[in-house]
Amino acid sequence: MLELATFSLLNGVVYGLLLFMLSSGLTLIFSMMGVLNFAHASFFMLGAYFSYQAGRWIGFWPALVITPLACGIVGALVERYGLRKVHPQGHVAEILFTFGLSYVIGELVIMAWGRGPIENRVPASIDFPIFTLMGTSYPFYKAMMMAISAGMFAFLWLAFKRTRVGLVIQAALTHPQMVGALGHDVPRLFVLVFAIGSALAGLAGVIGGFALLTEPNMAVALGPIVFVVVVVGGLGSIPGAFIASMLIGIVQTFAVALDYALLDLFKAMGVSVAANSALRELYAIKIAQAAPILPYFLLVLVLIVRPRGIMGTRDQ
Amino acid sequence: MSRAARGLALSAVLLAALPWVPGLDGNFARSLLSQMGIAAIFAISYNLLLGQTGLLSFGHAVYFGLGGYAAIHLLRAVNGGVPIPVPLVPIAGALAGLAAGIVFGAVATRRAGTIFALITLGVGELVHAASLMLPGLFGGEEGITASRTKAPHLLGLDLGSQVQVYYVIASWLLVTALVALAFMRTPVGRMCNAVRDNPERAEFIGYNPRRVRFLACSVAAMLAGLAGGLHAINYEIVTSDAVGATRSGEVLLMVYIGGVHHFIGAILGAVAITWLQVSLSNYTTAWLLYLGLFFMAIILYAPGGLAAIVVKHLAIVRNRAMGSVLRAYALALPAAMMMVAGAATLVEIAYRLSTQPEAGTRMKLFWIPMNAATAWPWLGAAGIATIGFLLLRRAAPRVRAAWDTALHG
Amino acid sequence: MAEPALCLRDVHKSFGATSIIRGVSLDVAAGERHAIIGPNGAGKSTLFNLISGRLAPTRGSILLDGRQIAGLAPYQVSRLGLARSFQVTNIFPRMSVFENIRCGLLWPLGHRYDFWRGIDGLSDLNERATRTLEQIRLTARRDTLAGVLTYAEQRALEIGITMAGGANVILLDEPTAGMSRAETENAVELIREVSEGRTLVMVEHDMSVVFGLADRISVLVYGEILATDVPARIRGDEAVRSAYLGTAHA
Repeated sequence: MLELATFSLLNGVVYGLLLFMLSSGLTLIFSMMGVLNFAHASFFMLGAYFSYQAGRWIGFWPALVITPLACGIVGALVERYGLRKVHPQGHVAEILFTFGLSYVIGELVIMAWGRGPIENRVPASIDFPIFTLMGTSYPFYKAMMMAISAGMFAFLWLAFKRTRVGLVIQAALTHPQMVGALGHDVPRLFVLVFAIGSALAGLAGVIGGFALLTEPNMAVALGPIVFVVVVVGGLGSIPGAFIASMLIGIVQTFAVALDYALLDLFKAMGVSVAANSALRELYAIKIAQAAPILPYFLLVLVLIVRPRGIMGTRDQ
Repeated sequence: MSRAARGLALSAVLLAALPWVPGLDGNFARSLLSQMGIAAIFAISYNLLLGQTGLLSFGHAVYFGLGGYAAIHLLRAVNGGVPIPVPLVPIAGALAGLAAGIVFGAVATRRAGTIFALITLGVGELVHAASLMLPGLFGGEEGITASRTKAPHLLGLDLGSQVQVYYVIASWLLVTALVALAFMRTPVGRMCNAVRDNPERAEFIGYNPRRVRFLACSVAAMLAGLAGGLHAINYEIVTSDAVGATRSGEVLLMVYIGGVHHFIGAILGAVAITWLQVSLSNYTTAWLLYLGLFFMAIILYAPGGLAAIVVKHLAIVRNRAMGSVLRAYALALPAAMMMVAGAATLVEIAYRLSTQPEAGTRMKLFWIPMNAATAWPWLGAAGIATIGFLLLRRAAPRVRAAWDTALHG
Repeated sequence: MAEPALCLRDVHKSFGATSIIRGVSLDVAAGERHAIIGPNGAGKSTLFNLISGRLAPTRGSILLDGRQIAGLAPYQVSRLGLARSFQVTNIFPRMSVFENIRCGLLWPLGHRYDFWRGIDGLSDLNERATRTLEQIRLTARRDTLAGVLTYAEQRALEIGITMAGGANVILLDEPTAGMSRAETENAVELIREVSEGRTLVMVEHDMSVVFGLADRISVLVYGEILATDVPARIRGDEAVRSAYLGTAHA
């Protein structure tokens, strides 16, 4: 029991950090450009595939550097030649553009690498156990993931709060003309922000590609959960995204391990439910089955009770 | 007869005649027409939200699917002896959609814009997951089935043939169009437009924007449920994909590509996308990529959709300026075709290599045999695409100028 | 003394640590034309936002015909008979001019959330809308989309939407901002006509408009009322002159 709990906790933390890596970039783009980037998880997927391909050509460590750069460049091009054109049409059009983009990137990945999952194996250089707990060993690359996430958090915090560029970008979100009149190249700033966000997603993809299965459906599986994280944490708040990622990551990982249903609770209390009762099916659902949709419950709950999110500042 | 009445009468005649047009009188074509009819109703319901009230929903299939499930359960009851004629069964779908719209709408419409979109996304995922977890209600992986022929026969029609089902669908399409158009002409319908344009100002003239959105959501959900009910009758089975994210995405694409600013846009989009899905998927495995690129092109270059393009050209014809516009197209269109053909060739050979390696590398595109393993198809296609792109770049300003003169003199 | 149409009692508004409105008390009598003037940043738009419900006061009370409205939502305040226009034009750009005005009339004429009747069949509504259209002299632009009107036409429409519903208390926020001399004169005529028998509170920078229209003037400086009086006495007030008017208006 303790072993289960400990490993669930560790894995939950790792999963939560993965979610944070993804949601931090999304939060950056949203809070600085007002665009909810549906294609964000697609850049994550691109990161996984790029690093796989680059890893096969030039080795893992160079790929670790090249991949975020490549994703950043793709992001910059998308912003410069696509999103920028759509910007004057308003937020709905921007969201739809990124929505279409997510379809397209998904298909391009299939075009290049096929429909099935690819053998994205953890390279030997990081696949050694870093410690052994209760008989099971914990691999180094998961610790590496933690380190990279922590690094991201620090980077974003500094970028937001300490740099001039961060301050200018924040101003440009609400008063782009004024910031432009003050001499800053606002369109170029937006390209920069989108590129950085995409690069972060790509970096997350490098590690995420090992932790999860690398296949064309990656983005679709993870994308909505990242939205939940961003909304629950509070649109526009990086600390909020961190808290929400950890919350969802840990809760979901624990839930998957729990093979109990409400029916078991009733049995323990001595309450019996008729075999042909209409709600019996509902009570028979195990927590483990419901685990994938717990985040959505949380989303709807938060949006009803506290739409601002845990630490949100923007009230749309 | 007023313009609206004339339009409706004309549409009724057109719909009635369609399945007898030579070329459309086969079973496959009639089945396709039925599919388009259902999609059109679904799209009209979605446009009530997006085009008329400015609400972007990523979970509209929830109402479609729940309506479908309600209808198929009723159909099963009818199979068991309940005396309800099948053409009326979709009403159960409409009612289920309305109920769901009231419940979910009350939650979702507390906010607008991006948050509303995210709520609909979350609710959609929840309902879809629930549909797989409650097999008693939703039939699990296999779905729920029923028969549309084992029922009391209205006017001697047993709905065994596809053309009869088509007429049921077409009739409901007319009813939907009537309801949607009439709704937009009511005070609350007008306020939907106002809330779309400027929700803040709507508050200052006495209206609670949340209430207006809630009403729009409920009506849209009802019509979506109606479409779902017809879906149940047409296919005699409803599975969990009826509430899934894919279907929600589909109707969004239909309505946006068709055009959100005109009523006819929803119908155009439904017809076009249904046709593309069915026919294009026969020719190529890359059709989803083409659809996605098409969608993005519409957003970038023709945000008013197909309907706006049609309306623009009707205006050009009215101004008797079509000739000069056609001259501008003379260079642009071939250039565009070159670009598309070249790019499509690249896509096709790439897809063949990555997704169908067992089919070998020899293939025939645009009536030209080629071997995807050799270099020249790649180089040739890339070259043609590039030339087409450059020519299009040159021709585009001329086209824009021609439109400008044709429309504004 | 009849109940004032609009009554503000010690209204305060702060945003965090910043105080914008610091204790404003004001009585506007029924049927009065009241102008609020003051330097930029004095809080005039904030005051309007507080009265019309867009913001809630931090402290103090606002009474409309004796009824507490502080903190109510804008649509609730509007239903109680108070209408406002905006400094930055706030219309429905994708609807026609006629539709814009008609929407402003829906609630006051009791049509609520009706969905069982077509709007074109409501004769009282359409007649009132047409008359308002004539009043704001935009009959020629009846079917034009509001988004493509000229600036002055949009301002006129803005006033039209505000006044069409027959609200008893009308707030106009810089109605003649950005207008030429001729356009301003037309606007003043329109405002005078439409505010007959109603209570008007107006924020304005154009002194000729203020002194031509207002029965009484309040001077708002740094969130406080410096003086409230008839135009002649305001003009001569030393404090007002040094704070705002300057000696050129002597």
